[in-house]
Amino acid sequence: MNRLMKYLRDYKKESVLAPLFKLLEAFFELLVPLVMASIIDRGINAGGAGGADEGHIWRMGLCLLALAVIGLVSSITAQFFAAKAAVGFSAKLRQALFDHIQGLDFTNIDKAGTSTMITRMTSDVNQIQSGVNLVLRLFLRSPIIVFGAMIMAFTIDVKSALVFVVAIPLLAVVVFGIMIWTMPLYKKVQANLDKVLGVTRENLTGVRVIRAFHQEEVEEGRFKGFTKALADSQIFVGKISAVMNPVTYVIVNGAIIALIYIGAIQVNVGNLTQGEVVAIINYMSQILVELVKLANLIITVTKALACADRVAGVFEIRNQDRTGAGQTESISDGEASGKTPFLKFDHVSLTYAGAGAETLHDIDFTVNKGETIGIIGGTGSGKSSLVNLIPGFYPVTGGALRLEGRDIRQIPEEELRGMVGMVPQKAVLFKGTIRSNLQWGKPDATEEEMWRAIDMAQAREVVEGKRGKLEAEITQNGKNLSGGQRQRLTIARALVRSPRILILDDSASALDYATDAKLRTAIRNLEGGITTFIVSQRASSIRYADKIVVLDDGEMAGIGTHDELLQNCEVYREIYFSQYPEERLKAAGAERPGSDQTVGDGVRSEKAEEGGESHGIR
Amino acid sequence: MASDKAQKENKGRSGQMAAMRQVLRYIRRYWFMVGFSLVLAAVTVVLTLYVPILTGDAVDLLLGEGMVAFPAVFGIMKKIAIAIAVTALSQWVMNTCNNHITYHVVKDIREDAFERLQKLPLKYLDAHAYGDIVSRVVADVDTFADGLLMGFTQLFTGVLTIIGTLIFMLVTNVPIALVVVCITPVSFLVAKFIATRTYSMFKLQSEIRGEQTSLIEETVGNQKIVKTFSREEAVKSRFGEINDRLQDCSLQAIFFSSITNPATRFVNSLVYAGVGIFGAFVAIRGGISVGRLSCFLSYANQYTKPFNEISGVVTELQNALACAARIFELIDEEPQVPDGADAKVLTDARGNVALENVYFSYVPERKLIQNFNLTVKPGQRVAIVGPTGCGKTTVINLLMRFYDVDSGQIKVDGTDIRSITRGSLRTSYGMVLQETWLRSGTIRDNIRMGKTEATDEEVVQAAKAAHAHSFIKRLPNGYDTVVTEDGGSLSQGQKQLLCIARVMLCLPPMLILDEATSSIDTRTEMRIQNAFAKMMEGRTSFIVAHRLSTIQEADVILVMKDGNIIEQGNHETLLAQKGFYSTLYHSQFEG
Repeated sequence: MNRLMKYLRDYKKESVLAPLFKLLEAFFELLVPLVMASIIDRGINAGGAGGADEGHIWRMGLCLLALAVIGLVSSITAQFFAAKAAVGFSAKLRQALFDHIQGLDFTNIDKAGTSTMITRMTSDVNQIQSGVNLVLRLFLRSPIIVFGAMIMAFTIDVKSALVFVVAIPLLAVVVFGIMIWTMPLYKKVQANLDKVLGVTRENLTGVRVIRAFHQEEVEEGRFKGFTKALADSQIFVGKISAVMNPVTYVIVNGAIIALIYIGAIQVNVGNLTQGEVVAIINYMSQILVELVKLANLIITVTKALACADRVAGVFEIRNQDRTGAGQTESISDGEASGKTPFLKFDHVSLTYAGAGAETLHDIDFTVNKGETIGIIGGTGSGKSSLVNLIPGFYPVTGGALRLEGRDIRQIPEEELRGMVGMVPQKAVLFKGTIRSNLQWGKPDATEEEMWRAIDMAQAREVVEGKRGKLEAEITQNGKNLSGGQRQRLTIARALVRSPRILILDDSASALDYATDAKLRTAIRNLEGGITTFIVSQRASSIRYADKIVVLDDGEMAGIGTHDELLQNCEVYREIYFSQYPEERLKAAGAERPGSDQTVGDGVRSEKAEEGGESHGIR
Repeated sequence: MASDKAQKENKGRSGQMAAMRQVLRYIRRYWFMVGFSLVLAAVTVVLTLYVPILTGDAVDLLLGEGMVAFPAVFGIMKKIAIAIAVTALSQWVMNTCNNHITYHVVKDIREDAFERLQKLPLKYLDAHAYGDIVSRVVADVDTFADGLLMGFTQLFTGVLTIIGTLIFMLVTNVPIALVVVCITPVSFLVAKFIATRTYSMFKLQSEIRGEQTSLIEETVGNQKIVKTFSREEAVKSRFGEINDRLQDCSLQAIFFSSITNPATRFVNSLVYAGVGIFGAFVAIRGGISVGRLSCFLSYANQYTKPFNEISGVVTELQNALACAARIFELIDEEPQVPDGADAKVLTDARGNVALENVYFSYVPERKLIQNFNLTVKPGQRVAIVGPTGCGKTTVINLLMRFYDVDSGQIKVDGTDIRSITRGSLRTSYGMVLQETWLRSGTIRDNIRMGKTEATDEEVVQAAKAAHAHSFIKRLPNGYDTVVTEDGGSLSQGQKQLLCIARVMLCLPPMLILDEATSSIDTRTEMRIQNAFAKMMEGRTSFIVAHRLSTIQEADVILVMKDGNIIEQGNHETLLAQKGFYSTLYHSQFEG
């Protein structure tokens, strides 16, 4: 919670004024028993002689009404400032949280997990907001009433007031003791609830598999285990909080017994009047009323504190220093002069944070400007990891990656990402219009630039087929488009910024062969030349690349053109023949694996495979 | 419109009644405890009201200097002490009972809901958003629990307190009591007035919150893309704009609703002042003793409290009932037709599968599968091809009996599958789907899912057959690595390998492979195909795949279009037919 306090700083005035007006309200409320005592002693029993003073009763009665009105005004004022501070605080907190999450690097995003981030930003922050609001309004009011009552008691009779001095610390111990005890228990309850949620969701997403394996009863058993743990923890914590009310009740009423006793003695001696005893007892009952309120609030506050912890946890996620990971190297003189390669992977390796083993090991190759690089390899061979290094999404942990001789760790993030057009595996669009989505690539893109990108991405028919063209509405995650349509638009989005480096991370998988081929031709014919990386499992997609990097288990198994690799790279041959079984026979027969003849056939059979998919897009 | 709204309200009310009845049915199991708790509540209330009377009596004895009757005061003190002790005890026991009842009712409801979930037809589950169902089982039940607990404890004691106080006041002094009775309802009205005024603001607030949540979901869920395009600032400012609106609206909603307390407290003060003034005059005329007046005052101080609580409880209860209604909607959902008592348990199926005159559609207006006939002999390999949406997956849904046919029948080994237990039918098929799903737990448990008694040795064998062993070995804890809900750090391909291993382990007599290798690279796939081929030997298998190499070797290729089988045969005969399949095949060679 302390960590979050700074978001309240802008509402200092409100945070002070709210309790201040509460103080005022409490003060006037504390005057009430005194006025009442005066009614009894000077109105009813005026002078103890039995004569009544009706005028005094009226005056004091009006006084009570005036106190009520003043109390109302000051408490409404207090509520306003409290609400303003609490709402302002949570708005600031939410924004800060969102900004913080926006600033996280990829390593942290992997760790964070979307659904918990969402609950933290929504329900957790809301809980904290009500917590702050209540604290400002009532957590301060209660101590004020409690201590105020004690002080008032002192002004009436010191001996009676000593009862307050004993009772109040006792009450504090009970209330705060239970709060401190239950706080971690509530967290446990929350964790158990999360488990129930987890297993429920799992059962919905996996319903087919569960039923296929006839696991319904097993799952019911698991669920019952979780709900039992939840109920047990809830009942346990409930038992403890259930102690609070009875114990405070006993303390306060015990104090009242003591007050009667002391009052009896003091009245007998003549130190106190009847009305004053009533006032003192009144003060004690006021404390009880306050405590009941407090007890009900404590649960809210305890929950808010637990939520505050969770939110503070998000702020604790810090990015690693980008330049600090591994030592950076400056350009060696030899390379700087004349022949600096556009992009150089210099014995690069990558170990993800927390991972046991290297994902990429000793990747070493150079890329010239305008070249098309194909990257192929098996599942989990590190293809995506490799291209993710280029925009600096993950820090290189060994060796160096140099762009025109500069270590990319020394290039500002903004500049680096501005150069790269990335088409990710998952084709995701955002709520808005086609135009607003393309503006992601380049905020100030002109109409012309957009259409040019759309054409290159073979997406003209998609856009023109939509009502409103560029203004066509796109729903959340682009759900109102098919996979293929989304994919083309994500490609257009990357192209609209005219990137120097274009990365297609297995992005053409939802495109049929012909579109895929047209796309590649369009990119190749681009003026100025984009350096393009194509990650794919399809040999056909990278077949014509200037260089093909073959990855196997995080290591380079080969590099070269298609023909070269067919000659000398076993892994590539295996991949290729697994997709073109006929080729293997021909290759075996002719012993000329790279001949034009076989390649033509290969492409054909690939196209045949895509048939089903291309239908699927529409 | 107006009548529409009225109807809706009516429906809402009757729905609430129905929900209430259901809740009572759940509570009935704990009737003894409920009764006990009610008795304790009564005891608590009566004693709580009695203590101020005793205190007042004691005050009456403190007449003045030298006029205090100590023995009488001591007697009263003793009484108060006993009353306090009993009150505290019964209050504690009551709270504990209520906790017990509430959390057990909640547990019962959750378990029933989950049990129903396991029995609901996929038709229902496919048509409802998972998030919605999850929030019913988790969040709604929780809100309901809070409301129930609060309602249970406060409603009853609140009503009792009001009645008890009224009786006391009327017995002691009717005129002063009337003052209290007349002014108190004002606080009720004030609270109600404010509540109706703030309702629209709260509604607006939840709308804006919804907007904000979907923005968070979209951007945080796709954080990497946001970063890739350096859109952080743009997204932040959009968030800020919504956040500002939320702040304005929340401030109003919270402020206006928080006026309720001061306002009712003000009414309370009025009552207090009224009792004070009026009571003083009555006291002067000897109508009431000072002690009783002080007791009256302490009642006046607390009398409005139960009123406010009850109005709070009523909204809380309404909310709770609304949530309960949502859960019961789920629990009352028609379950799938249960397995008949005479349903056959399918063991060692030979793999004779026949579809006869099968008609099926998800929605009656959109016809899908019509008059589908197919006979598969044991050990045959059936491939299904066709454009997306043609009904390939539907056929699998029917074979597995995830959905029942509208008319016609599907037979396995000559028995209509509707007279076979679902469990035995489904476990006779080994199914690998394109969508991979892993249960949170260890890798080993996941592989062992279909055959829980499998030895570690067998698990490793299956993993090796699925080519999953090598990557599992490299995981931090090998086979004991815990995977989270959605498979966590495993890649799509690795998850698919695990799903294949799962089937490899239990080796059922029939197989269904729906795009089973779509996420696996071709090289690994080729190796797995060998394992599949071995597995498929002698087993009836249904394969949906894009890769022609698998399809070409099938005994029967079904070409589907718009829910119909338009062609049927093997690769050669189909090509020779020069029909849709052949066009599908040859069209690829152009362009």
